[in-house]
This record gives sequence, structure tokens and C-alpha cells, in this order.
Amino acid sequence: MSDTAKAPAPAGRAAAKKELPEHLKAYKHVWIFIEQERGQVHPVSWELMGAGRILADKLGVDLAAVVVGARGEATQAVVRESFNYGADLAYLVADDILANYRNESYTKALTDLVNAYQPEILLLGATNLGRDLAGSVATTLLTGLTADCTELDVDAEGSLAATRPTFGGSLLCTIFTLNYRPQMATVRPRVMPMPDRVERPLGRVVEHPLGMVEDDIVTKVLSFLPDRDSTKSNLAFADVVVAGGLGLGSPENFQLIRQLAAAIGAEFGCSRPLVQKGWVSSDRQIGQTGKTIRPKLYIAAGISGAIQHRVGVEGADYIVAINTDKNAPIFDFAHVGIVTDAVRLLPALTEAFSKRLSPHQRDRLAS
Amino acid sequence: MHIVVCMKQVPDSAQIRVHPVTNTIMRQGVPTIINPYDLFAIEEALRIRQQFGGEVTILTMGPPSAEDSLRKALSFGADRAVLLTDRFFAGADTLATTYALATAIRKIGKEFGPPDIVFTGKQTIDGDTAQVGPGVAKRLGLIQLTYVSHIDKVDLDAGTIDVERRSEGGVQKLRSKMPCLISILEGVNEIRIGSLTDALKAARATIIKWSAQDAGVEDIAKCGLRGSPTIVKRVFAPKPRAEKAEFIELGDKPGDAFVEELFKRRPKLEAELEQLTRGY
Repeated sequence: MSDTAKAPAPAGRAAAKKELPEHLKAYKHVWIFIEQERGQVHPVSWELMGAGRILADKLGVDLAAVVVGARGEATQAVVRESFNYGADLAYLVADDILANYRNESYTKALTDLVNAYQPEILLLGATNLGRDLAGSVATTLLTGLTADCTELDVDAEGSLAATRPTFGGSLLCTIFTLNYRPQMATVRPRVMPMPDRVERPLGRVVEHPLGMVEDDIVTKVLSFLPDRDSTKSNLAFADVVVAGGLGLGSPENFQLIRQLAAAIGAEFGCSRPLVQKGWVSSDRQIGQTGKTIRPKLYIAAGISGAIQHRVGVEGADYIVAINTDKNAPIFDFAHVGIVTDAVRLLPALTEAFSKRLSPHQRDRLAS
Repeated sequence: MHIVVCMKQVPDSAQIRVHPVTNTIMRQGVPTIINPYDLFAIEEALRIRQQFGGEVTILTMGPPSAEDSLRKALSFGADRAVLLTDRFFAGADTLATTYALATAIRKIGKEFGPPDIVFTGKQTIDGDTAQVGPGVAKRLGLIQLTYVSHIDKVDLDAGTIDVERRSEGGVQKLRSKMPCLISILEGVNEIRIGSLTDALKAARATIIKWSAQDAGVEDIAKCGLRGSPTIVKRVFAPKPRAEKAEFIELGDKPGDAFVEELFKRRPKLEAELEQLTRGY
């Protein structure tokens, strides 16, 4: 058991009050784990740099990017890029055995960095990789970890206030890690806005050795099968999204969502109940446990708007809601509401949009 | 082959109330089910046992009423069920939960043989953190294989296991060693309908109940609310936005009327939609 705990935190129900033990007071600065696989940085990492910048400025501390990967140009490029997204400095663990993500080697790299340079806040993306890593690192360090946050802030005492939906998204809660360091949290992709990229010179880079050889790692990567582009839904990054919920009444009626989506060049999605009923596959689910979207236009048809769904769509520029119940919670956060049966309105919308937008298609076919 | 499956009983409802003083969730009176994600873990464990022989032990931490879910798990064909229940475990966050579960798994190992594989579901539907599996693995020093979509091969002689693991942009094919902890992805199998014999056995079975002391917990301060580094300071319903949606009436030509209204309010959208549809 990895009870490598240093001095224990205060006894009793101490967690409720801030009594940070002396040896943890040296923990300073905000760190963002930059997730990259095969040279590709996951966009959630840059989104976190934006959120981290705000926290670091409030605390008056540095924002650091943490890059872990193989030696060479690809990893160096990620380090350089992190400065363009606002890093004050970067920590780097570069070793060829880090070329592929594996829990054992990445946990060691990140845990060692934390112990050596002592950040007060450590944020990771709530991706498969981030959740795999965050749980191991937090347990090794015996500190608190708040998963899948939708809001991050610091309170008057300088503690991280991490808000996340709870109970399947029926309520929100704000969670603190008062007496342990670092305060760790994960955030799902697309929850935080993407910050502007500003070309900046390379800053200070602190390199740290991995201190591990391939023979130390039990798990071997036999191969990697990348997803084919055609099978991936681009929901999270779509500019226009049309989604349906239980108000559609039957799985057949989901066709109406697909048809409208096709007519306006949108991606289609659904609320959680449709996935649970098996009407639509889970990669189309929008909401806290599905995809978070930030489109310019979001049309929600027959979706009541539970918090679970709401937190996944609040980043949309413009929300149109169609529902028979004028008291449905979706009208609390939609910009425009239409009280009607979506099943009857959707075909009319598809037809009207096709008519309005189709002249271009004729031009294209004629040329 | 000894397989332990970590399972959680969860509320089957959104009707959740919050304790006004402790800000913890009040579970009383809400119907409960086996966490749906855990069913895939149970089924995968039963399939491995079918292939290689051995035993499947189901472990859960929860209130005494979690016995119902354990009996359900036994009715699918699991061999034994352990309920870790003690008021000291109440209010645990993920770190405190992993301490209790890891301690109990060690005790299970001593009593019934060390596990070759510990299975968990991907996450629970109430907490949604996906952090307990990794935490248990770390505490027990087990190799951690999360988001596994397929077990390709188990080689008992070599002690190796080949799995497919879902990563962000594709599937990693990994070769690792047992003992390991595997979190199973949803939808990779379908839970069986238990046999009549198993159903009868489950009804009569003795559920093993361990308190913190029974399980071998050495430091009660690492359990439950006391052992939790995170603290829930506030539970709340989200604020409604200041302005509600503006309702629009569409008349007898609703399609055209809607398109008109939309482009009037968001003039830029028309050009953007045209751009998007040009590719079709």
C-alpha cells in the first residue's frame, strides 16, 4: 500500500476548517497538465490554461504548463506552444518511454514533479487519459481530487472552489480541499472557453528526469488503432447542433432530428434518457456525462432541460428550445422558446431551412 | 482464478434531498439499483470464470440495505458477496472510499485467496467521478487498466493479460500482468439472466458483512467523512437565468416564420448556415 503520506493532516473533522499544516504552506502556483498523445495536444489542456490563468492572477502566482512525453521535436513544440497559451513557465519530463501513455510511467512523472516543485493547484482534463492519471496521482499523494468540474474559482482565503454537478446532475456542489496539497481537479473538454492564442517567446523550462527504465513498467503497448474519422462524431466542436429528447415520443421520430441537422449542416445529439433507452448511441449524448458543446446555434427539441443537460449546453451562443410544456426548465436558459410539439414542428423547419438555404446548392450543381 | 468485482448500490432517481446541516446526500426513501455501469463488470467477471474456472466475489461498501443489490449480483451467478458496512464509512469521498475498499480487498485475499483481477465499472451514475477504480489500484499496488473495451487474451501460465483500452483518439492494445484492476467500458457485454438455481441460491445465501474492524481497518481516521480530504461546502440548485426564454408564436406557416425570426435575431447565422450546407 502506498501510504507514503508525509505528516498527517489535522485530526478529527479538520477538513471542514482551513488549518493547512506547516509543511504544505510552501505549495504555490497553478499547474495545468498538458495532455498530448502522439504529438497532438488535447484542446481541453488549452482550455484549462485559460481557466488556470484566471486562478493564478487572482492568487498572484505563476501559471505553469506540465508537459510529459517522448524526447524530441514534437514534445518541444508542445512546450513552446504552452507559452502561447499563457504559461509563465513549463515543467518538462521527456523520456522515450513516455511516447505512449501508460499509467505507471505518467503517474511517476507527474507525482515526482509535484513532490519536487509543489504546486497548490493541479488541473487536468477529464478525458480517459486525465481521469486515469488523476486518480492515481491523487491517491499516491493522498490529496483531494474533484472530478468533472464545471466552474473553478478561488475563495477569499485563497482555496480552490471547485463546482460540479452531483447526483446525475440534479444538483450542483462546491467542493474544497482545504488542508491537503495540491488541490486537484479535472474539467471536461469544452466546459471552459478556449483562450486566445498569442505568439510569445519561450519562457523558463524546468526539466525533470523520469527516473524509470522500460523494464520498470509492467504494461506494454502492443499497438494503437486510431479511430477512423468517419466513425467520430464531431459534436463537441460543431458550430450548429440539433438535439432531441424524450418529447420526441418514439425512436422513429429521432429521424426528424437527423433530417433537420442535415438540412442546416449541423451535428445531431440527444439528451441522456434517449441513450439509456438505447434509441441513440452514447457518443451522441449531450450533457454532463456526455459531450459538452459550444455551438453558435443549438436547437433543443423535446428536451426538458435537466441540470445534467444544461451544464453541457450553457456555452452555446444561442439556444432555441422547442417543448410542449411552457414550464419546462429548458426555457430557463434558452434564448428563444417555442411552445409546441417538436414532432410536428421539426419537418416544417427542415423544409423551410432547405428552401431558404438551397439556392446555393443549385448554384453549386450548375457550375 | 479469483475475481473480485467492486460494485455500488445507487439511487434510481433524481429525487435527491440534501441534509441541511452536513450538506451530505440523504439516501433514505429513494429506490436503489446496482450501478448500471457495474453490470458490465459483473458480466465480464462471470465470463472469465466460465473460461478459466475459479470464483467471483462481489464487494460493496454501503448501508445495510445494500444487501439487496448484493443478492441481485449473486443471482447472476457470483460465488460470494461481501458488504462493507459501518457508520465510520459514511460521508467518504473518493480517497476515503478507496482506503476502505482496498482494505477489504486485502482481507478478501487473505480469507478466500488473493484476487487475480479486480473489476470495476467505468464510473457510478451518482458520483460520476471514475476515480475510485484508479485509487483502489494504486493503494493495492495493482496494475491499472481503465476503459477496457475488450479482453483479448488471458495467459494463466505466463500471468499476462491482453486488453483493448479506449483512449481519446483510438484504441490501445496493451499487454499487462495480473494481478490487475480493470475498469470495464459500458456496452461491451450484456448482463445475463441468472439461472433458476442461482436465483434460489442467492435468496438463501449468507451475505458476508464486515464492519471497519472486521475488514481490518487500522486507522478509522482514514475512513468516511474524517478521512476525506475534500469537503462539500455547498450543495445547491442552479440559479435560473435572470431573463427566461423569449417565447415566439409561429402562426400557420411555422417553418418559414421560424427561419424569418431566427435570422432577424441572429443575422450572422444565415451566412454561417449557408456556408455549412454548401458542403452537402
